[in-house]
Amino acid sequence: MGTFHLIRKNLTRKKLRTTFTLLSIIIAFLLFALLGGLSRAFSLGVELAGADRLVTMHRVSFIQPIPVSYVNRIQSIEGVETALHQTWFGAYYQDNRQQMGLFPTDLETFREVYPEYSIPDDQWQRLLNNQTGILVGQAMAEDYDWEVGDRIPMFSSIFPQQDGSFSWDMDVEAIFTGSGNNADEMQIFMHYDYFNEARAFGTDTVGWIVTKIEDPDQADQVAEAIDQRFANSPTETKSSTEAGWTASFAAQIGNIGLMVQMVLGCVFFTLLLITGNTMAQAVRERTSELAVLKTIGFSDRRVLWMVLGESLLVAIIGGVIGLLLGYLFIQGAANALSQFLPGLAMSWDAALIGLVLAAGLGVVTGILPAWQAGRLKVIDALARG
Amino acid sequence: MNDAAKQAGTDQRPIIEVSGVTKSFRKGREQVEVLHQLDLNIERGEFCAMMGPSGSGKTTLLNLIGGLDRPTAGQIAVSGQRIDQLTSRQLAKWRSNHVGFIFQFYNLMPVLTAQRNVELPLLLKKMSGKERSQRARTALEIVGLQDRARHLPRELSGGQEQRVAIARAIVSDPDVLLADEPTGDLDRETASEILDLLKTLNQRHDKTILMVTHDPVAADYASRTVHMDKGRLADAVPMKSAGGAQ
Repeated sequence: MGTFHLIRKNLTRKKLRTTFTLLSIIIAFLLFALLGGLSRAFSLGVELAGADRLVTMHRVSFIQPIPVSYVNRIQSIEGVETALHQTWFGAYYQDNRQQMGLFPTDLETFREVYPEYSIPDDQWQRLLNNQTGILVGQAMAEDYDWEVGDRIPMFSSIFPQQDGSFSWDMDVEAIFTGSGNNADEMQIFMHYDYFNEARAFGTDTVGWIVTKIEDPDQADQVAEAIDQRFANSPTETKSSTEAGWTASFAAQIGNIGLMVQMVLGCVFFTLLLITGNTMAQAVRERTSELAVLKTIGFSDRRVLWMVLGESLLVAIIGGVIGLLLGYLFIQGAANALSQFLPGLAMSWDAALIGLVLAAGLGVVTGILPAWQAGRLKVIDALARG
Repeated sequence: MNDAAKQAGTDQRPIIEVSGVTKSFRKGREQVEVLHQLDLNIERGEFCAMMGPSGSGKTTLLNLIGGLDRPTAGQIAVSGQRIDQLTSRQLAKWRSNHVGFIFQFYNLMPVLTAQRNVELPLLLKKMSGKERSQRARTALEIVGLQDRARHLPRELSGGQEQRVAIARAIVSDPDVLLADEPTGDLDRETASEILDLLKTLNQRHDKTILMVTHDPVAADYASRTVHMDKGRLADAVPMKSAGGAQ
């Protein structure tokens, strides 16, 4: 038997109480993992955003189109390396409730603007040679069991073809993989020319323009220069860094990060009160036992650490179980929600923060009863019985 | 002085030396003196009973001798060491090595088996788990409870619980056993068994015992009885021949 055995035995003396305390901690950390994962998914775009890319859209709203000719005019601005346009296609496949991220774009310059995506050269050539070819993210291809060479009928909820059909035949010609775990592989890119020539309206317009700049430090100046270029024209623009643009896009849903922090703050504050009270009560109930330990030679400091050890153990066990459950839930949900929230995952950082939080909870809830146990006067405690 | 001479010198001195001890407590705004300039010596190997009415200061004196509290004035030496000068941390260490406590209500850990309860004081010693376990088994054998080692306190009778408490008190082989009303919660027959056990520990294992009791029958087991009244020692009853009342 060691001190750990004593700590463990003390924890199991009131099994029901320990179980409820553990459950409350588990639920708090489950929430921490789930909401953290959700917050991460919403902020993923911001994390992914390139520091050397600007996004230019219509000054009024990103749903207002801008002329495709703006691409060439932007390319002539000083500090711009290259530019390409994208448009929201409003795609769905088989089930019209499942919107997909499909973007008509200039595939010839795609690789220059997005070097983080890798595409096998042979597939790249096939893609460029086929106007109905599409570039699909690895995760998306796996989800739908698509392979290079497959022909798939895609539908647009916005753009009909000139014959009135909303169905667009496309050929999977290339599959890209993103570097790092954060890469968004739930996207599809198609040739703009095919889209532009076949669509019934909106010819020669695009949704937004992505500009790769030479020096990220000059981002603000280049963005201003772009907007200046189109000032006082029928289609004025608004440019910002890709990160800023993605963040403002996410902000339309609300400040997810703040909401998550507020919910978790309330949960942990309540948990602090509940667990702290339980620990204090657990120590109060065995005042005479602690006094006996001191009588037989346990020092004040040793008793303090023993009590603190109990609260640390409960908090860490609860925290680890909660985080593990959260991880399993997120893994399950990530598969089901991969199209809407491609970044839904629990990161190592979140797990580490969770563990630190659990240890912190153990210390905060245990420190007062531990301090009281350490200061306990043996003769007073024995007299109280 | 060489070690042998030093040892002989220590052996000749009383194992417990209380001289001029005063203890006062603050009660509200008042300072209440519980012990007044008290002197008491207990010889090595003695079994001493301490009697007196409630509030006479018996337990207070026992706590001072056991290093659970410090005197307001005066000196206390146990085995030649001045314990009134030790810090609280030093006192904790001293208690673990030199003194074993036996309480009226046993004070066992309800979540630990008898064996684990006895092992508790050994957690403070540098020894292997196997050695701890062996020593606890030996202590349980001495008190006649080797077959109850795996039982929880709630599965034992009052007398058996007190035997486990005695095993816990002797497991680290202390010089002195301090017992505060060890039979106060037991029936006459069981009390007699516990007192027999204390006497055996005194006579066969050379343990010096100081026992606080209200019970004259229990006091008869001791080789000497001292009486306390109002924080002072009344006349000590002369030492009897070993054997006591039976």
